[in-house]
Amino acid sequence: MTGTIGASVKRREDDRLLTGRGRYLDDLDLPDALAIAFLRSPHAHAKINSIDVDEALQAPGVVAVYRGSDLMAIHKPLAPKVQHPMLKELPRYPIPCEEVHYVGEPVAVVVAENRYLAEDALELIDVDYDVLPAISSTAAALAEGAPLAHSDADSNVAVTLTQRCGDAEAALNSAPNRLSGEFRVMRGGGHSMEARAVAARFEPATGQVTVWDTTQSPHYARQQLSMIYEMAEDDIRVIAPPDVGGGFGPKAQFYGEEVVVPWVAMLLGRTVKWVEDRQENFVSAMMERGQTHRIEVGFDDDGKLLAVRDHIEHDQGAYCAGLQVPSITTSTVPGPYKIPNIHTELYACYTNMVPTSSVRGAGRPQAVFAMERMMDRIAEHLDLDPAEVRRRNLIQADEFPYRVGITFRDGSPLTYDSGDFPALLEGTLDKLDYERCKRERDQARAEGRHVGIGIAVYVEGCGLGPYEGAKLRLDNRGKILVTLAAAGQGQGYETVYAQIAAEAIGVDMDLIEVVTGDTGRIPFGQGTFASRITATAGPAVYNAGHQLRERLKDTAAHLLGCAPGDIEFDGDRATFAGDAEKSVSLQEIARVANIGKHGITLPKGIKPAIEVSSYFAPERAAYASGAHAAVVEVDPDTGGVKVLKYVIGHDCGNVINPRLVDGQVIGGFAHGIGNALYEEPVYDAEGQPQAASYLDYTLVSAAEVPRVELFHLHTPSPLNPLGAKGAGEGGTIPAPAAIANAVEDALRSIRHRGGVEDGRPDHSGKQPPGGRARHRLEGDADGARSATIQRSPRIDYAPVTPHRVATAVREAGH
Amino acid sequence: MTDNITVTVNGKQHTATADDRLTLADFLREKLRLTGTHLGCEHGVCGACTIIVDGSAVRSCLMLARQADGAELETVEGLAEGGKLNRLQQAFKDNYALQCGFCTPGFLMSVTAALREGPVRDEDEARDVLSGNICRCTGYQGLVDAVLETSKEMHS
Repeated sequence: MTGTIGASVKRREDDRLLTGRGRYLDDLDLPDALAIAFLRSPHAHAKINSIDVDEALQAPGVVAVYRGSDLMAIHKPLAPKVQHPMLKELPRYPIPCEEVHYVGEPVAVVVAENRYLAEDALELIDVDYDVLPAISSTAAALAEGAPLAHSDADSNVAVTLTQRCGDAEAALNSAPNRLSGEFRVMRGGGHSMEARAVAARFEPATGQVTVWDTTQSPHYARQQLSMIYEMAEDDIRVIAPPDVGGGFGPKAQFYGEEVVVPWVAMLLGRTVKWVEDRQENFVSAMMERGQTHRIEVGFDDDGKLLAVRDHIEHDQGAYCAGLQVPSITTSTVPGPYKIPNIHTELYACYTNMVPTSSVRGAGRPQAVFAMERMMDRIAEHLDLDPAEVRRRNLIQADEFPYRVGITFRDGSPLTYDSGDFPALLEGTLDKLDYERCKRERDQARAEGRHVGIGIAVYVEGCGLGPYEGAKLRLDNRGKILVTLAAAGQGQGYETVYAQIAAEAIGVDMDLIEVVTGDTGRIPFGQGTFASRITATAGPAVYNAGHQLRERLKDTAAHLLGCAPGDIEFDGDRATFAGDAEKSVSLQEIARVANIGKHGITLPKGIKPAIEVSSYFAPERAAYASGAHAAVVEVDPDTGGVKVLKYVIGHDCGNVINPRLVDGQVIGGFAHGIGNALYEEPVYDAEGQPQAASYLDYTLVSAAEVPRVELFHLHTPSPLNPLGAKGAGEGGTIPAPAAIANAVEDALRSIRHRGGVEDGRPDHSGKQPPGGRARHRLEGDADGARSATIQRSPRIDYAPVTPHRVATAVREAGH
Repeated sequence: MTDNITVTVNGKQHTATADDRLTLADFLREKLRLTGTHLGCEHGVCGACTIIVDGSAVRSCLMLARQADGAELETVEGLAEGGKLNRLQQAFKDNYALQCGFCTPGFLMSVTAALREGPVRDEDEARDVLSGNICRCTGYQGLVDAVLETSKEMHS
């Protein structure tokens, strides 16, 4: 059977998940498991003088209590995932002994009969702290004379990352037009509905430890544990349970808790389990997004970009868990546009907040926000349509592979493999019915309503290396077992990789089983992150499937006495040219080639062990792309924003299961709407989290996420045999930019004159130029009163909360 | 204090010990090993732990087990009929209304309770019914469609 690739096959995972038979970590039956709870720092920055655990040790049900100093064998720094030679690395210990650097950092661990008793004991631990000054923003980190986020560091700057192409300085100086803007994107979290969890069991008889971990990267976790524990990798089995309740990036990182929990299991010789509760998740799971961009663009009178310069402050948090996010940001700034001169300079700053790392979108939403906001400002400045300005700058479909001129995070030239950005933009505008939306916007303005349109276009490097693998085996029942190193968190791997394998082998999907995320089943893997699995594990399964097909045909041909080329599959049988009379079942093939007979030579020509492995290492990242368009209505008094219409054009190359891709895009969009309008883990000036529950941190519900109209382009990636790219993050990336553009456009209708609202519609189509200066309003006879107008309100932040909208309106002088 | 409590879950009576402070969710998960009910926030916002107690949708993380002594409980494990997905479960599957599935039991129980009260007529009503639960994966579109489809079948 062929044609399973590209079909919206229903998900195999669903029946168990819909009937309460999912196997999430805390659902696993681990009899007599002890519960672990972590005591966490209440201070953003403090010196630990002493920790008294005596009373806690006496508490009912308590089995053990450990401080960092009690676990010196694992007191080793956790390595940043992505390094840089200039990175000033500060050690991130599983449990620090001397100084804490964010609220939520573990300081002690209690092991007890159950979670209730463990948490009781936490309250009996007495920690003596000297509270130190804390840094809770990049602005504070970089301020002259700022206190240090780490007492023993010499600066709050972790690293400076610079990207250059051409001469941005000279190009800006000579550009006919030059605009600048400052944009801030606030922190946001992953907020998988299942928080993190780790359980572990030690087998003294074998010296092996089994670790169940909600990680997106079990092989990465095993590698880290192997180094820290100084144990052979085969003695550590890390299993991501079959069901993990969402990932979104934070679960792809490696945390101190993942080191402590298995170690405690080995110390005690007992099964132990730690299940993070939501309040812990708020203060200990890594976040992302916090960046400030001071961006400047130079352009000609037609709106063609000549140069961009972006000065970026990146909130690295208390430790550097990796430089992937800031690296991605710097390489995402140019986006889908041809820009001859580029200069980005990023300062990654240590602050006293939860460390940051990738969250769905991973450094791209911020870059897209800065660039796409500036594209609108260019349009405003030149009195051009924002879509037209983008049109004039887009890389064209015949220009691939396109070299941007700067470098990818591995140092290679940043190269887009494929795409059709003009078609994406035009398709999105068509689906939106752009001309009609503009008429309706203007009509609404005439009625005194504040309606605006926002567009954002983006590119997304995905399908990253180094590699991902798959192992395919004919099992003793005649089924084909597909083993992936990659661990899923709801993407539907059991379905998608069965589709790919079925197509490659040429058998029914029913014959294929998929297992994922277990280091005991496949030796090498990297993990689920960066929208990479379809474009890496996908080709691995596809290639392995072809190899397995040849092995099956070869064995069947020997058994049937024909040529391999004559073999056709029919159900679970390999036939001679479709003849059921001359056929052999897959189970019979397994019996001959895999099971064999003890001591008896294999039949002539039969090769033993029908198992194949394939690892796919992409040459470089594949580039997905997309365009978003939003129509919003704003209430300038309350600051409330209502999304009236939202269109997404999406290109992730060839698609394996269209409905699952739609689900990824629309789900990603919901996350993007959260980042655009709602989500913000606010910290106060002392580094205390102010939004550490869902009462204060507003995750979007069905009431806030509008219906999306979605269409796809499919420009196949030439970098892998499936032509696949990634789909997991594109829905998120441009949403804050599109929404902010739309809100700012909506507020253009409340231009004021002399402090009195000018409610008249501007039928000339002319927009007053932007910027901070006051400008003459053309065509107004009353020169005395309108010699100057104030700029329309500026939306410089994401999320665009009601408070920020109202503040922007007020600050614009209205 | 620890006492026995007796509850009927999905038509079957269970008696087990429960500390005063044991939540109903933990009682179901740990004492009865009915692990389909999930805990997403333990402060009553995400709705993942929603079950039906004496006919009403309830956050089982906010209720103590002792408060449920003598009550009729319905959980996700009781929805399937004769080993087959019921209408709502099937609509979730047909409309791709779940991905990671962690929040799904809570959505199923909230919607089950709502649909017993009457039809859900349009998208706005569907979103209202769904707005007490959080899903981070799907963007809700499939959930809205599943609710409308099921309501139409049930109430036509």
